Amino acid sequence: MADVTLRKVVKRYDEVEAVRGIDLDIADHEFVVLVGPSGCGKSTTLRMIAGLEDITDGDIMIGGDVVNDVPPKDRDIAMVFQNYALYPHMTVAENMSFGLRLKRYPKAEIKTRVDEAARMLDIVELVDRKPKQLSGGQRQRVAMGRAIVRNPKVFLFDEPLSNLDAKLRVQMRIEIKKVHQKVRTTTVYVTHDQVEAMTLADRVVVMNNGRIEQIGTPNELYHNPATRFVAGFIGSPAMNFMACRLEDVGGKMHIRLTDSIAFPLPPARAERYKNVSRTDRLQLGLRPEHITEASPHAEPGVENFDAVLDVIEPMGMETMIYFIMEGVEICGRVNPNADARAGAPMRLAIDLNNMHLLNEATGAVI
Amino acid sequence: MTSTAVIDKSAPTRAVKLRSMSRDRTWALRWSYFFLTLFAIFALVPPLYMLITSLKTSAEISAATNPWWVYHPTLSNYVELLTSNQFLTFFRNSALVSIFVVTITMLISVPAAFALARMRFWGSATLATGVFLTYLIPETLLFLPLFKMFVVFGDLTGIQLINKWYVLLIVYPTLTVPFCTWIMIGYFASIPKELDEAAIIDGASWFQTLTRIFIPVALPGLIAATIFAFTVSWAQFLYPLVFTTSTDQLVLPVGIITTLIKGDVFAWGQIMTGALLGAAPPLIIYAFLMDYYIAGLTAGATKG
Repeated sequence: MADVTLRKVVKRYDEVEAVRGIDLDIADHEFVVLVGPSGCGKSTTLRMIAGLEDITDGDIMIGGDVVNDVPPKDRDIAMVFQNYALYPHMTVAENMSFGLRLKRYPKAEIKTRVDEAARMLDIVELVDRKPKQLSGGQRQRVAMGRAIVRNPKVFLFDEPLSNLDAKLRVQMRIEIKKVHQKVRTTTVYVTHDQVEAMTLADRVVVMNNGRIEQIGTPNELYHNPATRFVAGFIGSPAMNFMACRLEDVGGKMHIRLTDSIAFPLPPARAERYKNVSRTDRLQLGLRPEHITEASPHAEPGVENFDAVLDVIEPMGMETMIYFIMEGVEICGRVNPNADARAGAPMRLAIDLNNMHLLNEATGAVI
Repeated sequence: MTSTAVIDKSAPTRAVKLRSMSRDRTWALRWSYFFLTLFAIFALVPPLYMLITSLKTSAEISAATNPWWVYHPTLSNYVELLTSNQFLTFFRNSALVSIFVVTITMLISVPAAFALARMRFWGSATLATGVFLTYLIPETLLFLPLFKMFVVFGDLTGIQLINKWYVLLIVYPTLTVPFCTWIMIGYFASIPKELDEAAIIDGASWFQTLTRIFIPVALPGLIAATIFAFTVSWAQFLYPLVFTTSTDQLVLPVGIITTLIKGDVFAWGQIMTGALLGAAPPLIIYAFLMDYYIAGLTAGATKG
């Protein structure tokens, strides 16, 4: 077990800079998820930690030792690949024990470790089968078993669930979490699925364009995104963004969305934004759950307005509503019992206590 | 009533469609059978004729009887050949040459293919193409320069390679190694990259990755290459004709031609018998290895 540290790590392929100098500290036992759109450098970062890619610049440390030039086999890491990468000619048990056999562990020890991992992953009855006789979920378990038996310092997962169907993915997600709770090995996990990132991670690292946008716990990222990219990437459906500006009306700070719609800001927000220039082009970021049906009880910071609904999506436990404001489609989330009908006007409420204000030019959250 | 109407409406269209589909299939099958039968006859008549002739005496062969029928079957041709030391020497030479050539070819082309397919190094792509290009040069162009090279080598070192059966162990791989390397590059390239990355992380060296992962996974390709190398060395005619002359150094194809044709006297019965016996080892090897050759071993390595 060990911590992993990245210091100004850069990866350049000829002309392209895939990773542009990232710093990351991963504590012992921590489960860190690298998340971002494809091509953001997350997989490259993971492969550099594994040693499958050279690093162009910077340092990678595992357990305090710089491993820049250490070959993968001496880094004491285990990796789970997206397409499982099981050895097709070996049985499950042979697949899991291959690394130990190469290191010439005693037979009894190998057997104990394989049995233990097989029990943990519930694949005891599969150990004599070949990979082609297994389902996708079972193959993924074997791939994890192969990592577990090595008892490495660090687990690396490269989009391990993207080849599974939706239901199985949820199930395996829970399995991975359970395994981590049991073995407590430091884990770096790469995914493009923000739900996977949120549910699995102790801390999430959001990457974009070869850089780290923000590092934080799932809740921090969700409630306090640092940039527009993070705000838009984390959460589903995505956060709504509306052009807006601040203005003072009668000594109170207001946020103006359209010529006809402006809301007074709650005092805490007014205090936070008091130094923002009134002429700056700004964006209001608001998650769908903060646009709901209007309630008869007025709450501070919750303001009502009318909109004509464009589309409604009943989901059972909630209904998603869509309407157009200033040419932008806005998504809200109302009680399934609310009277929401496509094409009909509806009285809605927005909760400005949970608003985010962004600088349109820099994309930074103010 | 409604449901009956629906069935009435859909039934004819469906049936017509099915019938036209099966008619298509029937015709496709008829043509397949026609051409396959034609090809089978074309390919199998010569061996059949060889078998018939090998069971005849010389007298019967030259007699003006139905050549497709054996009136007085005899095994004398087989007995004579299998008891003649000369023929057994040819057989032994052929077997030795083929076994050594297959071994040498595999020892060179498998690691070469692995290096060219996986260990990306400067010029590896050009080298891979170059390997294939060397295979395109016909042997009829190469035998003279090769002969000259061995003569010069003999003059310089005093080691005489010409007219020794083992000179073929140097010559044949020029034909087999490029092609087998090319086949193996293809097979190795089809193995998912993650498989060797997994092996590397599991702690395997390049050599262990080759022997414990790549060779078992690419076994069908390896067998295809083996069959190719064996067939080429067993059936090679021009090179042994040029490089070996003494009867004790000859391989089977050349031996049969040079010893069983005396001037303008053709020992047809023995020639046919020798050719049939010579065709047996490749046939046996094909029969044994075909199942492996066809079996797809890569299934299940990765998804889909």
